[in-house]
Amino acid sequence: MSGAAGGPAGAAAERPLPAAGRKEDARFIRGRGRFLDDITLPGMLHGAILRSPLAHARIASVDTAAARAHPMVEAVITGDMLAERGLAWMPTLSADTQAVLATDKVRFQGQEVAFVVARDRYAARDALELISVEYEPLPPVTDARRALDPDAPVIRDDQPGRADNRVFDWSAGDLAATEAAFAAADVVVTQEMHYPRSHPAPLETCGAIADADPVTGRLTLWSTTQAPHAHRTLYAMITGLPEHKIRVISPDIGGGFGNKVPVYPGYLCAIAGSMLTRRPVKWTEDRSENLMSTTFARDYHMRGQIAADADGTILAVRASVLADHGAFNGAAQPSKYPAGFFHVLTGSYDLRAAYCQVTGVYTNKAPGGVAYSCSFRVTEAVYLIERLVDLLARELGADPAELRMRNLLRPEQFPYRSATGLRYDSGDYPRALRKAMQIAGYAELRAEQARRRERGELMGIGVSCFTEAVGAGPRKHMDILGLGMADGADLRVHPTGTATLSVSCQTQGQGHETTFAQIVAAELGLSPDDVDVVHGDTDRTPFGLGTYGSRSTAVSGAAAAVAARRVRERARLVAAAMLEVDPEDLEWADGAWRVRGDPEQARRIAEIAMAAHSGLELPDGVEGHLDASAVYDPPDLTFPFGAYICVTDVDPGTGEVRVRRFVAVDDCGVRINPAIVEGQIHRGLADGIGIALMQAIAFDADGNCLSGSFMDYLLPTSVECPSPELGMTVTPSPHHPLGAKGIGESATVGAPAAVVNSVMDALAPLGVRHADMPLTPAAVWRAIKGCPIRPGPIGG
Amino acid sequence: MQVPAYVDYERATSVEHALALLARYGPGARVLAGGHSLIPMMKLRLAQPETLIDINPLTELDYVRLDGGELRIGALTRHAGLLGSPLAGAAAPILHDAERVIADPVVRLWGTVGGSLCQADPSEDLSAAFAALKATMVIAGPGGERTVPARMFHTGPYETVVAPGELLTEIRVPVAPGGGSAYVKVGRRAGDWPVGAAGAAVRLDGNVITSAGIGLTAVGAEHFCAAEAEEALRGAPATEESFARAGRLAAEHCRPVTDQRGPADYKRHLAAELTVRALRRAADRARGPGRGA
Amino acid sequence: MRVTVTVNGAERTAEVEPRLLLIHLLRDHLGLTGSHWGCDTSNCGACVVLLDGKPVKSCTVLAAMADGHRVRTVEDLERDGRLDPVQEGFARCHGLQCGFCTPGMMLTASWLLDHDPDPSPAAIREALSGQVCRCTGYENIVRAVRWAAARRGAGPR
Repeated sequence: MSGAAGGPAGAAAERPLPAAGRKEDARFIRGRGRFLDDITLPGMLHGAILRSPLAHARIASVDTAAARAHPMVEAVITGDMLAERGLAWMPTLSADTQAVLATDKVRFQGQEVAFVVARDRYAARDALELISVEYEPLPPVTDARRALDPDAPVIRDDQPGRADNRVFDWSAGDLAATEAAFAAADVVVTQEMHYPRSHPAPLETCGAIADADPVTGRLTLWSTTQAPHAHRTLYAMITGLPEHKIRVISPDIGGGFGNKVPVYPGYLCAIAGSMLTRRPVKWTEDRSENLMSTTFARDYHMRGQIAADADGTILAVRASVLADHGAFNGAAQPSKYPAGFFHVLTGSYDLRAAYCQVTGVYTNKAPGGVAYSCSFRVTEAVYLIERLVDLLARELGADPAELRMRNLLRPEQFPYRSATGLRYDSGDYPRALRKAMQIAGYAELRAEQARRRERGELMGIGVSCFTEAVGAGPRKHMDILGLGMADGADLRVHPTGTATLSVSCQTQGQGHETTFAQIVAAELGLSPDDVDVVHGDTDRTPFGLGTYGSRSTAVSGAAAAVAARRVRERARLVAAAMLEVDPEDLEWADGAWRVRGDPEQARRIAEIAMAAHSGLELPDGVEGHLDASAVYDPPDLTFPFGAYICVTDVDPGTGEVRVRRFVAVDDCGVRINPAIVEGQIHRGLADGIGIALMQAIAFDADGNCLSGSFMDYLLPTSVECPSPELGMTVTPSPHHPLGAKGIGESATVGAPAAVVNSVMDALAPLGVRHADMPLTPAAVWRAIKGCPIRPGPIGG
Repeated sequence: MQVPAYVDYERATSVEHALALLARYGPGARVLAGGHSLIPMMKLRLAQPETLIDINPLTELDYVRLDGGELRIGALTRHAGLLGSPLAGAAAPILHDAERVIADPVVRLWGTVGGSLCQADPSEDLSAAFAALKATMVIAGPGGERTVPARMFHTGPYETVVAPGELLTEIRVPVAPGGGSAYVKVGRRAGDWPVGAAGAAVRLDGNVITSAGIGLTAVGAEHFCAAEAEEALRGAPATEESFARAGRLAAEHCRPVTDQRGPADYKRHLAAELTVRALRRAADRARGPGRGA
Repeated sequence: MRVTVTVNGAERTAEVEPRLLLIHLLRDHLGLTGSHWGCDTSNCGACVVLLDGKPVKSCTVLAAMADGHRVRTVEDLERDGRLDPVQEGFARCHGLQCGFCTPGMMLTASWLLDHDPDPSPAAIREALSGQVCRCTGYENIVRAVRWAAARRGAGPR
């Protein structure tokens, strides 16, 4: 027994944490969460989707007669049936279109072809086997680098006039200035790299329950969505139902990470099924469907170049990117930024010039692109610049940490306008890196590495300094499908002094019920226990774009704070009436409005709330009650940053990588709930290990997905993830009401580069410069042998 | 989530009953033990038996014991049971090495030794371990018991010599002094199927190898073993040179295929590298005190 | 077929198809939705319950196989209004975020503590290695189980 530790008190003393856990925890630890598949409605039917086995094929016929004859089947829906109602295609969040059920062709393996509605889930699955579809196979495009070949088959021939597979061309930065900087540089390092396709794979798959009430005309849709309001607007656009008749409810969500941002065909199938059968219809996808058909992430083929002086001053960076968007552009970034915020590629460094050019292409793979805690492509940009800086250090014979320290932006340079036009809000980057090096014991690690290298052992130390651009965003620059990226908050303080906050964002584990209550409580001098947070129900919450891109604290958190401050200002007027003083004579201190110079004369919010709802005579122009709303339109993005150091050991005989240590110093501005912030970082570090070492969605040359289950799409377990060593600095955002910046994606953004840099550092004595993720044992061994595994179809 | 197709279910109460049920339901029947290979295959509808014969009640097939110079393992022994058996650990440490890296601790509580062998996945670890140990499989059928060498047990991927109507009941491992064994696996992650794995069982007389068994997993080795390497080791000194030669021979004679776990050249390399590592550890154990096979 | 399973101490009988998975018996027939499912291949462990006292991935067991046996689910961890130390540990140590893997993690953890009252962090990581958490990076889960071990060691409150 650990008796010596003295029981829980001793254990707790190691690490103080909130006593009773988060508000959410009470239900989850008792198995009383309410996730989508936990919900059962009277008379509910079950749906299942028939999916294409082929990556590219014309549909000759779909025969559903046998399925319809199944005694348990209530309806079978095909693309043609949807087409009759104008529902066969839907807009994506990138203003492309996507087939709900295929009518003309299938364009990726796993695409939705037909939908069965049956009385139980087993029968629905059985009936799929009774549908026969005749396909005429077409040659698939499986390698993005072949997508623009003149003879490449045109995937999106549904779009009139289309003759190629180009989705978009986009660039940022100053090309001429960048070319000039490169021309003047002493050293230029170039590297091709592929950021492989990955998948967020939340533990709960996606699903929906549609309940279309034929009498009231109301549609209620429970669905696994991170953005209920945006979805509702989209459903109104697609179905023609009036928006006020649609209610989208997002129950407890078993992880999202970006996977639950898009609208999926399955949701619309559930809606169509319910309209057709006049009964509620539940659809939940299985794991293979989740991995094969819902939004993927990354898949960037990048060519990066970095230019520097001989003394190690970095001058410029440029990148040329081929972005694989799959068969439909289902990404969900702000619409003016088809490559998201990839132009943050200057990273944490003071560069003279930068330029990036991104071409998006269609391929016969699942749609998506922006997903998985990437902060809208910041993760790709961070990976690019951090790999390039490491390669530059190698070229110059410099220590990678020292080279970074030399080139990091200095605190006095903030606010800083980057070479690609982003305005960094605040930061002290050298301090974060110094702290990480101190926690890691950087000098000792290098000494240990030298000793091990003499013995032929491969030990790596990888550094990554990242800067994120999150909290999208100012509505005049940023929208999704024309919906500006502002978020609302409604705050009601009840007569007895408890409060209810309604917000448009949607927790998927981030603990909004806890942190948002803390935000309001701190502003109003209440106990967080007296503040409840309502979210995930369009009937009960104000409009807003939802939770992704690390925007909940940055946008909704700000809205909550602004609403609370509005309540406080109204409370001041009421308090003045109660105390019969001029409002100007009151000051807010210690959770109450107090008379200046006579602080015992005070009224707390609870007292004020009762008075505001009472018969108290209020000054002219002051309404009763104590409610307020806010819509927060962020003035700019926020820029969390950090410095990570990852220590790895590589087995030279097998290529196996072990992550020995992971040091992470994060600065996300003001930390509202430090325990939750650290939990978010822990998760992202695990993501970094997974993405760098094992998680990849692979295809063969025929477009068959080779990663359609957790046997082949590997997620890191407790054994691969070391105990993280965290540090922090706090540089408040000057333009956020709470000084907060956002933390949800930082570690997922910053960690993969640290892991890869570490493994490449381990392999440096063998002359290895670069190998693409995932760094599986095979990939590492091939890199050691000088024949690294190239991106592209396996076996193709 | 995925669900199996319709299937009938019978619960056997004894080996005789199980055999009778298998006879009654014919080739459409499948034996259901731990189910941790079969049920996922049924959910993915890669397996669609007509009838499942549940043998979980046959606790008489759940044992690990020494008998007549052999380690005898009942086919219904759970992976955790084999891993938890000090007898197995002492007599054949290769089995503990292998069990430690099969699936995960929860799956190992339910999955059975016999079930894994009969599933006959080419990436399954115990097949190579028992091949290295030159074990014998005991198969019960309507006509009584028959025995088959482990190396003749598999007839192809997912296929064994166990005929419809038969039941694997026991695995027998020869045990003799002066032996040592080990199993080494490379996976992409804890609980992953092997990219490649090798097992070795050697007997030493002084430092001379008197017999060697080498099992290979997931690298396309015929019968899960490396006969040429074993032949080369017999009578050779237990040295790095001998092990390296055996590794080269093992690699030469396997036929790995490229897949998502790794390219063929890497798997071939693993066949050599892991054979060497397994031999090294097996020999170390053979030299140690009080070791069996 | 008719199956009778002792679930959380009470005998429950249901008429089911032989192919019904145990997880669906619990969730769809008995309304015990605390146990979840996350994959089809027994890799994720979201569906772990205790079968005859041992953790099992209930998506990989037929309800028929559980006929006549005992099942314990997350709903039974709290007894007489008292949380199990494992539950308390998960809450206190922020060992959960979305809460989806949590029931399975807690049940395996409680089984571990029954067999190893003072597990090292490495032993906890090994025991939970067949269960995926996408939120915590596992660190706070390890701390939660350590906390529960210490609480259990301190005896009943």
